[in-house]
Amino acid sequence: MSDNGAFLQMKNISKAFPGVQALERVTFEVDCPEIHALVGENGAGKTTLMKILTGALHQDEGEIVLQGARAAIHAPSDAQALGISMIHQELSLIPYLTVGQNIYLGREPGSRILGMIDWTALYDRAQQWLDRLSLDVEARAEVQDLSIAQQQMVEVAKALSLDADLIVMDEPTSALTERETHVLFDVMHSLREEGVSLIFISHRLGEVFEVADRVTVLRDGQLIGTRPVAETDEDEIVRMMVGRELGEMYPQAKGERQDVVVEAINLSDGDELHGVDLTLHRGEILGVAGLVGAGRTALAETLFGVRRAVTGEVRLNGERVKISSPGEAIKRGMALVPEDRKQQGLFMNMTVRENIVISALDMVTRWGFVNASRARELAGRFVERLDIRTPSLRQRARNLSGGNQQKMIIARWLTLKPEVLILDEPTRGIDVGAKAEIHALMNQLAQDGVGVLMVSSELPEIMGVSDRILVMREGRVAGTFMRDEATQDDIMRAATGGKANHGR
Amino acid sequence: MGDSFIDQVVEILRQFSVFVILLGIVLVFALGSSDFLTTSNLLNVALQTSMIAIIAIGMTFTILTAGIDLSVGSVMALSGAVAAGMAVRQGWGTYGGIAAALVTGVMIGAVNGLLVIKGGIPPFVATLAMMTIGRGLTLVYTQGRPVAGIDKRFIFWGTGRVIGLPVPVILLAVIAVVAYVVLRHTRFGLYVYATGGNEETTRLAGIPPDRIKLAVYVISGFTAALGGVLLTARLWSAQPNAATGWELDAIAAPVLGGVSLFGGVGSIGGTLVGAFIIGVLSNGLNLLGIQSYYQQVIKGVVFILAVMLDLFTKQRR
Repeated sequence: MSDNGAFLQMKNISKAFPGVQALERVTFEVDCPEIHALVGENGAGKTTLMKILTGALHQDEGEIVLQGARAAIHAPSDAQALGISMIHQELSLIPYLTVGQNIYLGREPGSRILGMIDWTALYDRAQQWLDRLSLDVEARAEVQDLSIAQQQMVEVAKALSLDADLIVMDEPTSALTERETHVLFDVMHSLREEGVSLIFISHRLGEVFEVADRVTVLRDGQLIGTRPVAETDEDEIVRMMVGRELGEMYPQAKGERQDVVVEAINLSDGDELHGVDLTLHRGEILGVAGLVGAGRTALAETLFGVRRAVTGEVRLNGERVKISSPGEAIKRGMALVPEDRKQQGLFMNMTVRENIVISALDMVTRWGFVNASRARELAGRFVERLDIRTPSLRQRARNLSGGNQQKMIIARWLTLKPEVLILDEPTRGIDVGAKAEIHALMNQLAQDGVGVLMVSSELPEIMGVSDRILVMREGRVAGTFMRDEATQDDIMRAATGGKANHGR
Repeated sequence: MGDSFIDQVVEILRQFSVFVILLGIVLVFALGSSDFLTTSNLLNVALQTSMIAIIAIGMTFTILTAGIDLSVGSVMALSGAVAAGMAVRQGWGTYGGIAAALVTGVMIGAVNGLLVIKGGIPPFVATLAMMTIGRGLTLVYTQGRPVAGIDKRFIFWGTGRVIGLPVPVILLAVIAVVAYVVLRHTRFGLYVYATGGNEETTRLAGIPPDRIKLAVYVISGFTAALGGVLLTARLWSAQPNAATGWELDAIAAPVLGGVSLFGGVGSIGGTLVGAFIIGVLSNGLNLLGIQSYYQQVIKGVVFILAVMLDLFTKQRR
């Protein structure tokens, strides 16, 4: 490939859905090889553009040129034949099949006539791809036994086995820890060395600047610009994405740290949590950092009574309490926004109104009947207060954006006026604008005297939002830091088992 | 130390849990009745189990795709009636009758499949409707009366023996081996698991899940029809109310054997073990002289215990 001719050109691509112009004359180019980041808020058109590239959608106007030749892509198989492969955000491996079966699904080696599969050949070939990525994964292992990061890598192996020389990765790091993310980045770099181009969609600008060569920003279906990463900075990209100044990315909390609301002593769940001490004050945001599997979610769930504590005690406002179920935790003024929005947090097929009032039915029910107008009034108040963008209270939860879904879950808890709010990965997969709104909301709650405990895998979020940071490793507290005292290095060192560092 | 020993036991139980339960039941009956562990009784158990096991194998294919086939009992009755009716009344002979029965089963399976893939009707509902329709057609065809008069060649398929083994048991063995090979070693088999595991991924891999689903209902219709033929041969006549409720045993067998109702997980071996748990229980409880009313209660309790043990050992992992 010549150096000046782009490897892939998407020229003047337009696409309209009923009522929305999803893409308007967007031109997008990828060199070979390069890692090209594609960023923009939800609804900016990133996914639509990539669906057109990979054949899941067809453009209304515009053309795709691959290596100088016009490419007709009408179906996913066309894109595959041209060496374009996409790894979706929601991993699409089949959990009960083996790694090898997943990699070669639909392309199993063996006899054509009887349809018998040559398992030895299949596993040998699959193992070669895994080895090429230096993965410590057996081709015969079942996918359900792999970590999310390993599954992500298996998806990469699958894409490579399809002879892809352009791989689209849609938010590949959203479920990965820092360490796993870096392994993935190493793989991405070595793929680039081998001549594979990658399109990297991410909401995490830090990662974009770490891994990408160039970055293209979309907003409201339009191309805002493409910049070499070396010649721009996060501020510029954020400005391009939101089209306005966001003010400070992470507003400084003004909350006044007050008396202790939650105190946990020597808390264990007999599984992932081993003797954790913790104090949470009213008016502060306590960030809980650590690698996946460090016991952060276990801590949140044990405090909230999802898991049973086998040792230790919990004090709420100085009074020793035994919380053995979420119901009890709620009665005592606690709330948990869970890690997995779709599975644990939302009733996807229920309306915004129902999702908000469901925890506060006592307030809108009389003699067992829900008073519709009071429910509407209650839900409406919170939709307004949290600025939840929905066409109506009757909209189904599944139709809202991730950020608005998350705000809806928070709204549900706020109907109960909690004293303690636990949030597990509150902004995972949420775009920059909504993220800032959720952070502002957490600050507001802290100012109102709520004790906020936030679990997050994103170091910038931990550093930016927390007043105090608790780092976990292997089910134990590996360090506690005040926001001003800690550097990212300190936290990573504590999380990965460098010297334990007890600030205060 | 003690912990790792328990872990090892649990690991063994996990892999073979239903098989262990089957062995346990066999042991109890062997101790309780001297007639149980005799060759003739064991062949009898195999014969009694063979028909349930054959339709349970077809059922396994549908359940692996996260579907279900509630119509198998009715299909057994209808195809049994068609086999006897064609053989006796229309003079098509034994093999003409059997062929007509198998075609009937395949056609009903195809209709089930089309209702699911083209009509978008959930398998539970589509095959529930077909259960009623099939039973109704059987009553219409037989006018509510048994169809008798089948000849010796027909009866041989249900009662005959080859090298000392009952014919239905031999057929079961053949079908089980074929099903095992298909599921373990062919593309189609892998796609059955893939469709049940994640339909969308399967589609994106270039495999049409609809064709796979159509095929599994046809397979289930075929095995149900074969079961109906064998039942007719064994009873020397086709009864309009034959095999009522058999769909429940045909579902219980794979579920006992670890086939997930959510699709994508399970094996033919598991289904066979599940079917034999059902068969051995019926036989053994009879030998012990337990009143049939109590037998049903005991069966249900054993099913619950078996599935609980299965869940328990899987959680310990």
